[in-house]
Formats: sequence, C-alpha cells, structure tokens
Amino acid sequence: MTDLTIHEAARKLAARNIRSTDLTRACLDRIAARDTTLNAFIAVLGDRATADAEQADREIDSGRYRGPLHGIPISLKDLIDLEGVPTTAASRVRAHHVACGDAPVAAALKAAGAVILGKTNLHEFAFGTTSEDSAYGPVRNPHDPSRSPGGSSGGSAAAVVAGMGLGSIGTDTGGSIRIPAAACGIVGLKPGAGELSCAGVVPLSWTLDNVGPLARSVTDAWILYEAMRGTPGRDIQPLDAPPLHGVRLGVLGGYFVDFLEEGVRERFGEAVEALRAAGASITHVQIPHAPLIPAIYLHLVLADAAAYHAEMLDAAFDQYTRAVALRISMGRYILAEDYARARRGRAILRAHVDDCLERCSALLLPTLPITAPKIGATVVELGPKKDTLRNVMLRLTQPFNLTGHPAISLPCGGAVPPGGGAPLPVGLQIVGRRAGTIDLLRLARTIEEIV
Amino acid sequence: MTVQEWLRAAQADAERRGLVDLKPLLETLAQATAALREAAFEDDSGLTAQRSRLHD
Repeated sequence: MTDLTIHEAARKLAARNIRSTDLTRACLDRIAARDTTLNAFIAVLGDRATADAEQADREIDSGRYRGPLHGIPISLKDLIDLEGVPTTAASRVRAHHVACGDAPVAAALKAAGAVILGKTNLHEFAFGTTSEDSAYGPVRNPHDPSRSPGGSSGGSAAAVVAGMGLGSIGTDTGGSIRIPAAACGIVGLKPGAGELSCAGVVPLSWTLDNVGPLARSVTDAWILYEAMRGTPGRDIQPLDAPPLHGVRLGVLGGYFVDFLEEGVRERFGEAVEALRAAGASITHVQIPHAPLIPAIYLHLVLADAAAYHAEMLDAAFDQYTRAVALRISMGRYILAEDYARARRGRAILRAHVDDCLERCSALLLPTLPITAPKIGATVVELGPKKDTLRNVMLRLTQPFNLTGHPAISLPCGGAVPPGGGAPLPVGLQIVGRRAGTIDLLRLARTIEEIV
Repeated sequence: MTVQEWLRAAQADAERRGLVDLKPLLETLAQATAALREAAFEDDSGLTAQRSRLHD
C-alpha cells in the first residue's frame, strides 16, 4: 500500500477501497522499520497524522471528498513551518524554534486534505548537496545506505523512495529538489520562480529559493503542485500527455555535457534517442557564458545567505555544523561591486535561456552529472578532470535557479557507479519556458512514458 | 580594489577571527570573483537590451 502513487491511492480512497487511516498507519510502520537506517525524518507526527487520517475518512464517508490529496500521507522538509511543530532546518541553532503558524504551502496542502506524517531531514539550512551536514545526522540513500541521497532535500527523497509517505515537499535554491530526486530515482519539480510562496520557509537565498514537490510520478508532482498553488482539482484524472510528434527539444551542449560520469552520459544519450524515435525534433543548443554559471551563483547565494544568517552567526557560530558556518561566512566578504556583476550575469544568462526557448519547447540535459556519491566524499575525479563534489552536484541544476525557468527531473534508468556495484538512478532534466510550469509538466508526463 | 588585494584583506580578517579554515574557501571565492570580473558581459548588450530583461 505504501508503494502506491498518489494518483492510484486517491482513486482507491475515493472509491472507499482503502482507508486513509490504514494507508497512514502503513506509512508510519514503514518509518518505524526503515528510518533507523535512513534517518530521513527529524520529527514523526504519528498521533497528529492518525487524527488527520481519521478525519479524512469521516469526511470521505460522508461524501465530503476534497480531491486527489484527501487522506494522502506526505511529509514536509523541516524548513517549512507547520503550526505547533519545531522548524529546525536541521540545525542546533533552531532547536528551540516552534512554528506559530503554517507556511502558506503547508496550509494549502492541509486544506486539500493531505495528512502530514512528519518533517524530513536535510542538509543544515539547505546549504549543501549531500544531506550529510545535519544536526540530526546524515540521511542515507535507500538504494545504498553507504551513499548520499543528494540534497538538500535528501530526507524528502529518501522518504518517498522508501514508502515513508507517498510524496514530500522540498525546497530548491540550486537544485535541492532535483538533485535528490535524481540521486534517488524519483520525480522532482522546481516550479518557475515566484510561483509558490516561500513565506514560512527558512530562506537560503531570497532571490533563488523555490518550494516544490518530490513524488513517484509526474502526475503526482502535478497534484502536489496544484494543491500548493491553492488550485487543487477535485477530479482524479491523470495529467494529460500531449503527443511528442513535431515537438522541438533542445539538447544543451558544451558546459552542460563536459563533466559527466560515463553511465550518466550513456543514459542521457539513450533518452534523447528514444525521444527522437518517438517523434520529437531534437536540436542542439549552446548557452553563452555557461562556464560562468558557478561564479554567478556563488556570489548571489553566499551574499543572500550571509545577510539572513549574520546575527545568528555572530551569536551562535559554534552551533552550526562547521562546514555550513564557514560557507555562510564566505558571503560576508563579497563586495557590492561583485554582487552587482553577478546580477548582471544572471540577467544575461536568463535572456540567453529565453532565446533558446523561443526556438524549442523545452531544453534537455542530465540532472546530476554523477550517480549518488559515497557519504564522506568531497571530490569527484572523472579521468583527468577533478572538481569539488559540491560544484559537480550543483553544476546542471543551479543555472535554472538563476534564470527562474521551471525544471523537472525524471528517472531515466540506472548506471553502475565508478568502482562498480549495483546500478544507481540517473535523472533526466527538462527545462520549460518561464510561466510555463503546467506545459512543462504535460511534456514531462509524455516523456516519462518514453524514457 | 583588485581581487588579490581583496583576498589578502579577507584572509587577514579570517585569521584575526580565528577562522583559519576559511582561508582556502576564500581562495576559491577569489577565483570565482576573478572569473566574474573578466567576463565580457557587455558583448551581450544588444541581446539583453532587445529583450528588456536586464533587470531582476
């Protein structure tokens, strides 16, 4: 039962073939069985979730069905306020914080009838890509617990994969939804900039943050996205999938394919060929200045993070994990003139991506250049090329936080990691036009059937 | 202020604050800053002006 998609479970709940209390209990049992290993949750809200599930069953029994999230157990990244529950951001700095209200996205999910199972673990303050630096210990990848699930929404991704809830809500400042979705083999959506409220969500960067869903299918991601927009549908229909014939898709070259694990390159190439065979028109595109993306991103995210954390850093530096405290401290040295240069670069990058998307319906690239890294890894070497793990993991996702375009990661098979072992998930990233998140989701729905 | 001048000042401040392990991170940031300053973004003024998308 815990392996159902939201869409499948909704059909069964609406038909009263299953009960929300049973589904919620099954998820709580799965958490009890698996989370000692995976460490995906910071807080499990068993009593509260059970009470909410009982209410959902009563409402459904009496004909007051709210729609496809009614009675569905999900989780929230512990960066998102839920009234009466601590929002720790995985940091000792916030150990005593208790949310005095729901974040608007949490309120919208509750209004749609979702049952909140708990708050998921993350990289402290969302400032990292592995979910290792957490006051509550590292999150582990359900496919191989010696590996990271990616981050920063690593607990959310691990929970969805392991049946500890049918979906989860994460945040994405440089890839923190899409990276763990790719590393864990699920769907992760970063909506277009500003579409979903970030109020009541502990910020990393006011100009780059997004809230979005992690789920087992594109339809499930769409259901969660619509609920968070405050426009949940009442019908239980899958998202329509338009035909691919004649759709022009742009494959990004240069910087975007220069640093890839061989297995990731192979799966990506196979996905592109499958889409071509299914009728898509494939064209190759370049983004000028792409090699400057990490520098632009670094100046913006560090400055924003330093501004938010300044007082806490002065008062409680030693309460942060060392790596996160040092990274935030870097932002306090950035000069205003360099911040302005980064803003200029961001605007130019956005214009170039817009230009590509006037010629294509969407852009294609891998989500993550590598398979899930071993916990403790800090450097990636691919032949003669070498870079820090953080740079590598952010490389292909951060561009679209800078430009604000919606982007989604879909699973596209598995690859044997360097050094051997069982295949690990690989993610395909699809980037849509600004203000085109629904169109992107429809296209992704078609593509998920093909890759 | 050149990037090298900035880096020397930033590393000296980090050392004064007892954050010696911040110094290599600041070197990384200095490399990124240098790349940003060397970027020929003005070459794109035609594209961005045409699109009126220069502002966040």
